[in-house]
Amino acid sequence: MITYLEAIRLAQQKALATDSRVFLYGQDIGVFGGAFKATKNLSKEFPGRVIDAPISEDAIVGMAIGAAIEGARPIVEMQFADFSTCALNQIVNHAGTLYYRTGVPCPIVVRLPSGGTSGGGPFHSQSMEAIYSHWPGLIVVTPATVEDAYSMLLEAVNIDDPVIFCEHKFLYYHLKAEALPETSLPIGKARIARQGRDATIVTHGAMLHESLAAAKELEEDGFELEVVDLRSVKPLDTDTVLASVARTGRLLCVSEEWPWGGVTSEVIARVSSEGFGLLDVAPMRVNAKDTPVPYHPDLWSVHRPTASTIAAAARRLLQT
Amino acid sequence: MSKPSERVTESDYLKAYRIMLTSRIVEEKLASLYRAGMIKGGVFLGRGQEALSVSAGINLHRGDIFAPLIRDQAGRLAFGDTVLDTLRTYLGSQLGSMRGRDGNIHRGRPRDGYYAMISHLGAMIPAVAGGLLAKRLSGEQGFVGATCIGDGGTSTGAFHEGLNAAAVDNLPLVVVVANNQYAYSTPNSRQYACSDLLDKAAGYGIAGHKTDGTNLLDCLQTLRKAVASARSGAGPQLVVASLLRLVGHGEHDDFSYLDKTLKQSPVGSDCLLLAEQHIIDQGWDTKDELAKWKRDIEEEINTTADRVRREPPPDPEEDDWEALSRAEYREQHTSP
Repeated sequence: MITYLEAIRLAQQKALATDSRVFLYGQDIGVFGGAFKATKNLSKEFPGRVIDAPISEDAIVGMAIGAAIEGARPIVEMQFADFSTCALNQIVNHAGTLYYRTGVPCPIVVRLPSGGTSGGGPFHSQSMEAIYSHWPGLIVVTPATVEDAYSMLLEAVNIDDPVIFCEHKFLYYHLKAEALPETSLPIGKARIARQGRDATIVTHGAMLHESLAAAKELEEDGFELEVVDLRSVKPLDTDTVLASVARTGRLLCVSEEWPWGGVTSEVIARVSSEGFGLLDVAPMRVNAKDTPVPYHPDLWSVHRPTASTIAAAARRLLQT
Repeated sequence: MSKPSERVTESDYLKAYRIMLTSRIVEEKLASLYRAGMIKGGVFLGRGQEALSVSAGINLHRGDIFAPLIRDQAGRLAFGDTVLDTLRTYLGSQLGSMRGRDGNIHRGRPRDGYYAMISHLGAMIPAVAGGLLAKRLSGEQGFVGATCIGDGGTSTGAFHEGLNAAAVDNLPLVVVVANNQYAYSTPNSRQYACSDLLDKAAGYGIAGHKTDGTNLLDCLQTLRKAVASARSGAGPQLVVASLLRLVGHGEHDDFSYLDKTLKQSPVGSDCLLLAEQHIIDQGWDTKDELAKWKRDIEEEINTTADRVRREPPPDPEEDDWEALSRAEYREQHTSP
C-alpha cells in the first residue's frame, strides 16, 4: 500500500529521474530525508540534486526563482506551511509577478506541508491556500487523495508557472492507495467525489474525508449529499461547482481554513453572483474557528470542522 | 577572463568613463522630463554612484548574471542595457522591455541574465544566488553573478539570508554595497551599529573588499579583483564602497536632511568630475575633446527621447491581463 506521503516522495523521485532540470532544495531534505521523510533516500539516488538549505525560507524561495529563470525546475520544501510566511515576499512579489512583468515564466513548486494534526499547535497547523490564492500569478493546489498527491505534484513540476502545493499532513500516513495512477484529471478540474441530489458540499484537502464521512452519516437519514473535491483552489473549477448546485439547489462549503476571506467565501461569492437562481436556500459554510490553531487535542478537535459538525450544518441546510 | 593583477588600462578607463558620462546625461534628461511631467512614475538617480556601478557592470560578460538596483544606470548600460530601453521604460512606451507593466528601475531582461529588480530590498541576492546554483547544476563553468545594494538594504533579512545561503554553497556571487550615507532620509547612524559594513563579510565567512566609490580607478580595480575571485571559485565577495548620494532619494525628494559637512568630506566628491580630471591629468584626452563627447551623447539622447515620446503607450485593450503563462491554468471566473 502506498501512503499519501510516499506518493509525494515517489512523485519527486520520478521528477528527478525523468527531468534533469529538476532539483530539490529545503531544510533537512538531504541525507536526513526531510522532517516527514518526503525526500527519504533521494539525495543518495540523485547526488547533488537534493540540497540542504539553511533556515532561510525567504532565501530558499528566492534561490528557486533565480534557478527557474536560468531554466531549472526547482521543487522547494517548506518544513511546515506555517513557515512559508517567512518566504511570503519572494512568493507573492517575485515569483507571482515575474511573468506579468518580464514575460519570463517562473516554474517553481513550493511544497507546503499544511493543515492541522493533533498536538501541532498554532505554528505547525495552518492552511495557507487562501492567502496564496489572493495574489495573482500563482497556482494553488490542495490534493486530497494519494492519487492526486502523486499526479498533481508531477503535473506541477511541468507547469511553467509557480505552483503552491498544499499537501495535507493529516493525510500523510493514514491515507493509502493500492497503486499509483496512470492518468488523472488535470489541475484546475474539480472532481465529484460522491454523487447526490439533495445538497452539494464543496471542499478540499483533509476536509474531503470529513465531508464524505458526514455524507455517509446523512445517508442513514435518507439524504444524498454530493461532495465536490476542488483539488485546486486556484484555478477554481467554478463550472463543476455550479453544475452540482444546479442539480441539488443547496450549497455547503467546508474548509479547514479560517473563515475570513477563505476558499469558502470565494466559492459562495461565485455561486451567489453567477448561480443565484440555482439556489433554493441561502448557502452555508463551515470553517475552522477564528482563533489560532490550539495545541491540546481536545481543543484542536473542536477548532477544525469534523464529520459531526459538517453533518450538523448539512442537516440545518436541508431543513431550511 | 581578467586576472586580478591585470592593470586597468587607459582604454578600460576611457570606456568606463564614457558609460558613466552617458549614464549621467541620460539621468539628467530623465530629471528634466520628470520636471516637465512626462515621466509616468518616480525617477531615482544614481548621481555620485556611477564609478562604482559601472565597475560592477563592466566586469561582467555574456553568460553572467547581473541584478542592479535603483542607482545603477551606469552598471546597466555597462552590462548591455540601452539608452533606448531606459527611456522607453521611464516614458511608458509599449515597446519597452516591460511593456508598461512595470517601470523605471524595475526593468530587465531575465533571459539575458539581466534580472528585473523588485522593490523589496535584498530580494535579488538570493535570486542571483539561485541562478548561479542552477548554472552550476547544469554543468556551466566560469560564470559569475553580481548584484548591488545600498547601506539601508544591508539591514534587511533578505540580505542576511541570501548572503549566508550563497556562502554555504560557495557560489560565485559578488554583492556590491554602495554605502551612500543615507537610506532615503535615514543616516547610517540609525541604520547599523557595526563600525564598518565590511565587517559583515567576516560574519558570513566570505571575502570583503573596500573601495573608494568616488575614484573610478579604485572601483575598477576592486571590482575586477572581486569578480575574478568569485569566478575562480573563491565564493561570495562583498564589496563596500564609500561615497555620497549626490541627489535626493528620488526627484520628488529635496534632500533637505543632507548633513552639509558630508559634501566637504572625502565621500562627497563627484566621481564623474574626478574621473574627467584624471583623464586630463594623464593626458589621455583634452578637456575640449571630453566636452565634445558630452555634446555628442546629449544629442544622441535627445534624439532618442524625441523618438520614444512618439511611441505608443500600452493599450489596456491589448493587454491580456493574465499573470500566468499557461492559458489552461488561468481563472475563468474572475471578472470583477
